Amino acid sequence: MQTPEAIKTARRAIEICKACRYCDGYCIVFEAMELRRGCTAADIGYLANLCHNCRNCYYACQYAPPHEFAINLPKSFSEIRMDTYRRYAWPHPPDIIFRRNGVAVATFTALAIAITVTLTLMLRSPSGYFKPHLDQAGFYAIVPWKIMVSVAGAAIGMSLVSLTVSLRRFWRDMGGGRIFNDRVIRVLSTVIYDVLSLRNMGGGEGHGCNDRDESFSRARRYCHHATFYGFMLCSASTIVASVYDHVLNWRAPYPLLSIPVVLGTGGGLCFIVGAAGFGLIKLTGDPSPVSRSMLGSDYAMLGLLLVLAGSGLAVLALRDTAGMSILLAIHLGIVLSFFLLLPYSKLVHGIYRTAALLRAAMEREASK
Amino acid sequence: MRLLPSTRSFASSRIYDVVVVGGGNAGLCAAIMARQSGATVLLLEQAARDLRGGNSRHARNLRVAHRMPGRYMHGLYLPNEYWEDLIRVTAGQTNASLARSMIDQSAHVMPWMAQCGARFQSLRSGARRPSRKTVFLLGGGKALLNAYYLTAERLGIDILYETEVVSFHFDGGIARGVTALTGGAAATIHAKAFVVTSGGIQSDIDWLKRYWGDAADGFLIRGTAYAKGQILKDLLDQGAAPVGNPAQWHIVAVDARAPKFDGGIVSRIDCLPLGIVVDRNGRRFHDEGANIGPERYAIWGNLVAQCPSQIAYAIFDSKIDGLSRPSLYPPIRAPTIAELAAKLALNPSSVMATVDAFNAAVQNTLHGKSVSPGHTEYIAPLKSRWALPIDTPPFDCFPLRPGVTFNYLGVKVDQNAHVLMTNGRESPNTFAAGSIMAANVLGRGYLAGIGIAIGTVFGRIAGREAAYYANSGSHKDRAPRH
Ligand SMILES: Cc1cc2nc3c(=O)[nH]c(=O)nc-3n(C[C@H](O)[C@H](O)[C@H](O)COP(=O)(O)OP(=O)(O)OC[C@H]3O[C@@H](n4cnc5c(N)ncnc54)[C@H](O)[C@@H]3O)c2cc1C
Ligand code: SF4
Ligand code: SF4
Repeated sequence: MQTPEAIKTARRAIEICKACRYCDGYCIVFEAMELRRGCTAADIGYLANLCHNCRNCYYACQYAPPHEFAINLPKSFSEIRMDTYRRYAWPHPPDIIFRRNGVAVATFTALAIAITVTLTLMLRSPSGYFKPHLDQAGFYAIVPWKIMVSVAGAAIGMSLVSLTVSLRRFWRDMGGGRIFNDRVIRVLSTVIYDVLSLRNMGGGEGHGCNDRDESFSRARRYCHHATFYGFMLCSASTIVASVYDHVLNWRAPYPLLSIPVVLGTGGGLCFIVGAAGFGLIKLTGDPSPVSRSMLGSDYAMLGLLLVLAGSGLAVLALRDTAGMSILLAIHLGIVLSFFLLLPYSKLVHGIYRTAALLRAAMEREASK
Repeated sequence: MRLLPSTRSFASSRIYDVVVVGGGNAGLCAAIMARQSGATVLLLEQAARDLRGGNSRHARNLRVAHRMPGRYMHGLYLPNEYWEDLIRVTAGQTNASLARSMIDQSAHVMPWMAQCGARFQSLRSGARRPSRKTVFLLGGGKALLNAYYLTAERLGIDILYETEVVSFHFDGGIARGVTALTGGAAATIHAKAFVVTSGGIQSDIDWLKRYWGDAADGFLIRGTAYAKGQILKDLLDQGAAPVGNPAQWHIVAVDARAPKFDGGIVSRIDCLPLGIVVDRNGRRFHDEGANIGPERYAIWGNLVAQCPSQIAYAIFDSKIDGLSRPSLYPPIRAPTIAELAAKLALNPSSVMATVDAFNAAVQNTLHGKSVSPGHTEYIAPLKSRWALPIDTPPFDCFPLRPGVTFNYLGVKVDQNAHVLMTNGRESPNTFAAGSIMAANVLGRGYLAGIGIAIGTVFGRIAGREAAYYANSGSHKDRAPRH
């Protein structure tokens, strides 16, 4: 949570870094720091969101604890980032949502599951609910297509609106200006590349992050790739399936080697490997560059991703059994929770990170 | 491998081929090189793991000769130019053949360093430092040491932290063992050959006092607190030949508010030529515009060391806002000179008198927004460059103290890094590298990046030669190696 203390600590660290500059070249943060003379709370928020938490600059720092300067950029920045998520969230939630983010995410997800299960039970007779659904209607026998689309659409729509408002505020605080100008066009490909490749987790010379200790590793970067692209594959699977159903009139369930099933299974597995890997790195790594107050939200996000993928795969695997209806209801509950929680969980880092990267690329372009 | 306390006794019962004393840059280069040459190696480091690496953890670059522009340095820097730079800063106080070979070998260390995990700031990355004569370490010296320590562990070098070596045992010029304090007890550690890389003597305040008296209490030490020179003193006491000047230190002006030890690079004050500098009595004592090259750091360090109470105050007005490099602490600021003086516990009327006299003597003034600094006349000391009246509030001050970087006393070595004795002979199995022998090459003055260059080149030589000695048992019956 942002306290004047957290801001003060981060500001002190940034001022020392500016005088030191030994970490120039690890990531874009140090370059961006150079280009901004000031060090206001907004500057700090911008820099914190550029940080990919690779920890290179922690292990390299001659002023890290036990030195009395006690510089710990990844830790300071992670606290500031959490505050960004809280400060710019819209509609603005009670502080407790971010302060006890782990509990909040878990409770909300449980509620969403309870609601979808109850609603689907109300839609079908209990005798129909626990029967294998091999009939034509498939999944949509449990939740009619219209309801599925309108509920999911509403959830995604709400999230999108919320994220847009947050982004606009963040952008304004980073310095404002029109988002679409020719400078953006010039740097757009770099930014897209940075986002999709996580170039800033390359350690500058491509040797990677300090995932667990002083040694370099690419594990965390690959876990992020697995999770991110796994999510993309799952989304693609859903889209292809809807096209099959509503454009081509091919009814689910689809065979194991059909495009939606292959995409969904592959995506789900990537997702699980990625999220579990993240968790493992967190559990076994050196905790000193980690802010303890951040752990709840980290594990909540990983947990949400794991149950999302896990329930999706379970639906696929058990779709011919009596458990399918309830599994599907649970999965849909989690999907619903995932989209509704986007603005209120650590997942939201994606939009702030991307915006900060865009900003940094623009400022670099302007300084040339 | 890191040895746990319970295995320390094992270290003293086993005979290693090579024992390296001191785990900074030179020590790690020596240890890794000895291991790569086939020796079993034990490294003894006085500091705890978190504070390992001596002054090397504060370094940022190394000076290497190169014949082509590359990924990390532009232009070229031929050995001859390096040599001329060295002659210039040392005023000839260097051992020409050692220096020449160090310079030649500096051209070849980077691939080996990279193999051992070192990373450099590439010219194309965010770092925009123009860099022709030196290559900057990505993450600085601590990152370099982290990489070296990992490499050492992977190669099976044993490492004992919190182990202070206090003395050598010689037997007819041949080192038989060292006494070390480890885990709360003294132990004798034997080996076939020894490499001493324990750094300088600059953090031993009592030693400083021999030359500076109580003034030394007012000094800050820019680097490690673990540079008390126990082994340097011990070797000299036991007949090692000294080199360099025991009464000389590299001192720069640092922010007086910096920590007593380990303030590192950020405490250095950069902008002295832009304002005036007064002593505790509020009086100027040196032409602030006289030196604007890199030599100014050491000039000011020594000047401040000679000030009453070893403190001075750099005073600016707001016209120079934004001209100086970012600093460790914000300046002390006040709306008037009198209030600034009061904040600094100086006599306001003397400071005001100094500022008024200075302002009256300035020949050029500010025209609109363009700064056209001039010089002063009819005032002592003059300010020969960058003179602007100090008249635009708010007024800023950086308090200054002498910050000691290293000292110029060491042990004499030969081409193969053997420690030489006062009787003119070498100790066949004792080698030295890094700060402890740097004065062979750098007898005075300073060249950015030469400390790490010396440690890397001589550390590698020392490691290789120590391994060779340990494996062959004798160094006599072999051809010279370079
Ligand atoms: C602030 C600062 C910045 C610098 N910047 C640069 C730079 O940019 N480029 C450059 O080339 N040089 C720089 N230097 C100089 C450079 O750091 C030194 O020349 C170099 O580090 C010397 O390396 P070394 O291995 O000989 O000694 P050190 O790195 O000091 O290592 C000595 C090691 O020995 C250990 N030790 C000491 N006594 C004992 C004992 N009795 N028993 C066991 N262990 C012991 C210490 O704990 C330490 O780990 C800088 C120095 C300072 C202070
Ligand atoms: S993190 Fe530490 S070493 Fe890196 S630039 Fe900042 S102060 Fe310097
Ligand atoms: S991305 Fe890595 S190197 Fe850059 S600020 Fe964050 S932790 Fe430090």
